[in-house]
Amino acid sequence: MAIASRRRSTIGAAVLALLLTTAACGTSGPGETGSEGSSGADLHLWTLQNEGINEVQQAAIDRFNEEHDASLEMTTYVNDPYKSKLQTSIGSPNAPDIFYNWGGGNLEQYVDADQVAPLTEALDENPDVRDAFLPSVLDVGTIDGEVYGVPMQGVQPVSFFYNKDVFAEAGIDEFPATWTEFMDAVDKLKAIDVQPIALAGSQGWTELMYLEYFLDRLGGPEKFQAIVAGEPGAWQDEAVVESMRMVRELVDAGAFGTNYASVNYDNQGSQALLTSGRAAMELMGSWEVTGLNDNFPEFIEAGTLGWADFPAIEGGAGNPDSIVGNPSNFYSVSSQSDDVEAAVEFLMTQMTSDEYVQGMMEVGQVPAIAGLEDQVGEGTFGDFNTYAYEMVRDAPSFTQSWDQALPPDLSQTMLTNIQQVFNGQMTPEEFADAMEQAAQ
Amino acid sequence: MTPARHGSVATAGRPGLVWAAPVLLFFGLFALLPMGAVVYLSLTEYSGIGTPAWLGGDHWARLLDDPIFFDSLWKSAALTALSWLFQTAIALPLGVFIAAPGRSRALLAAIFFMPLLLSGAAIALLWTTLFDPNFGLASVVGPWIGVEDGNFIGSPTLAFYCILLVVSWQFMPFHTLLYQAATRQIPHTLYEAATIDGAGRWRQFRSVTLPQLRDTLITSSVLIVVGSLTYFEVILIITGGGPGTATRILPLHMYLEGFRSFDMGYASALAVVLLALGAALSLLVTRVTGYHRMASQREGL
Repeated sequence: MAIASRRRSTIGAAVLALLLTTAACGTSGPGETGSEGSSGADLHLWTLQNEGINEVQQAAIDRFNEEHDASLEMTTYVNDPYKSKLQTSIGSPNAPDIFYNWGGGNLEQYVDADQVAPLTEALDENPDVRDAFLPSVLDVGTIDGEVYGVPMQGVQPVSFFYNKDVFAEAGIDEFPATWTEFMDAVDKLKAIDVQPIALAGSQGWTELMYLEYFLDRLGGPEKFQAIVAGEPGAWQDEAVVESMRMVRELVDAGAFGTNYASVNYDNQGSQALLTSGRAAMELMGSWEVTGLNDNFPEFIEAGTLGWADFPAIEGGAGNPDSIVGNPSNFYSVSSQSDDVEAAVEFLMTQMTSDEYVQGMMEVGQVPAIAGLEDQVGEGTFGDFNTYAYEMVRDAPSFTQSWDQALPPDLSQTMLTNIQQVFNGQMTPEEFADAMEQAAQ
Repeated sequence: MTPARHGSVATAGRPGLVWAAPVLLFFGLFALLPMGAVVYLSLTEYSGIGTPAWLGGDHWARLLDDPIFFDSLWKSAALTALSWLFQTAIALPLGVFIAAPGRSRALLAAIFFMPLLLSGAAIALLWTTLFDPNFGLASVVGPWIGVEDGNFIGSPTLAFYCILLVVSWQFMPFHTLLYQAATRQIPHTLYEAATIDGAGRWRQFRSVTLPQLRDTLITSSVLIVVGSLTYFEVILIITGGGPGTATRILPLHMYLEGFRSFDMGYASALAVVLLALGAALSLLVTRVTGYHRMASQREGL
């Protein structure tokens, strides 16, 4: 009995150890792509699971395989496990040839490890492909002047979504265009006993969106660029502290109610507030529309959903047309691929092809491709897609979500600290100091 | 002469080492080897990409400098102690209660065992919905107990107790099952003797049932204490360790450092700490309780 109990404990501990070492095993596993010869090599493309989008991606792969006598294969993953899977596979013999990524800091760490093939040359040889992408989006796949990723699906800018009925009831005719008007609207909504803003505060990334917009409006995109570049003192910039003060003002004004920290986005906690009229608006990425349509179709059908830009802040240095969000997701080619040339060829021939772009629009995506003004307006979400498309096209800058743009460890610390500011456990000044320290 | 005879008795009574070979091999491959690897990794800088680069003791120095580490250690300890207290206080009496024959008891037992049939992830998703402050159970129960806005998992103080509740709810049926089985094993003669001695129900519980459940209490405690070091997926899904770091216990801190921040080296250092803690805890429990001496409570039966 004594032996049995000891073994149980050791095994319990060993399971934990295993958990961590699976990562190490991944790098020394048997080679799949490497061992199958170089002529007509099997190429692998990794992407995220999404029924509609996957079909369009598969169709592009089929066309490519047919035309080039290649054998490119697609594997799909769900979001969170994918990041770990990719991280542990890149640089190993199991690495995919073409992989889905978020651009920015996420892509940069792979570039720094010399695992990504540059695409600039291929794009220069195919200027029509290069010029087809919206420049502000292609920028996010560009690291140190070299393109490493091309946009492969829709743009996802962040904007306000609001319940038109609730706004009308509170006597607000138009969505506020300036911050002063916005705070007036908050008061009016509180006066009719509605929570002004729904916030899924149990997840830090929903709160991050406020900080992103405040800093962009107050200081312009340069402030965050300085943070990404790791410039000393960038986090302690007065504009960062002021942005966090505005967050606190909003919280203290009761704009999010009192229980936002318990609300979860993934089980539609905040969407339910918005659609039921218990809250008036939500700041969210463009996926909100398809999400609401999936979960609350009658709300979309009734035409109660409105959308609007984040208001301008008086006296702020930023351009009120600038946006934040996920410019797009990207495909990159592994530099260790057996056939880099074929993988690059796939991106050059398929990503801007009419069939692919059309297919993406049919499943509700707004591709990061120039000249689609007329086409994006068609279909179920035509109105919103036109709005999102023009917003991205006309934006002087499109700042990538900070949690994707920053290195993963810094972004985790940031999300935790933002939650603490929202919950009153940390002051704006403490936030700036803590982030500055973490960034060093 | 004597040593030789001693040797022959030993070989005759016990199977040879060869019999242990498969399990030793398995144990070496899946327990010792990973443990060694994790110690090595804790001395390297490793993001998951490429190969680990030798670093030395930097991660261990950082450990002493990491306020979240000490905070998570403290939270783990608190969660372990409280969940032991909470689970034992309910599982033991309940196990004894449902051990007795009776249809209503069996029905209660069946209902109570439900969480045992659910996967951890399912339990976590279920409770996430129940904890929704506007539409979930939290909005109904909150006002009854003084939390007007139902802000349970969003409150830095209450979130911890929510996790305690869910984790205990999840594992209590298992421990109840242990106590039920153990109670049924207690010989009837003991109760008969106690009855003849004039012992009432309460006295029987205290003087017969409890002492007879001693081994089970120890087993259950070891499982709770060591198991609490692995509580993880439920917390990850319900709060993600938040709000802020309010529910970030040590295993979760390790996971977030390893698989969110992709700092595998530092996460390995945390894993080694967990490993040492788990081993030390179970050793301590078995020593203190005299479990390893295999003492019997059935002498003379």
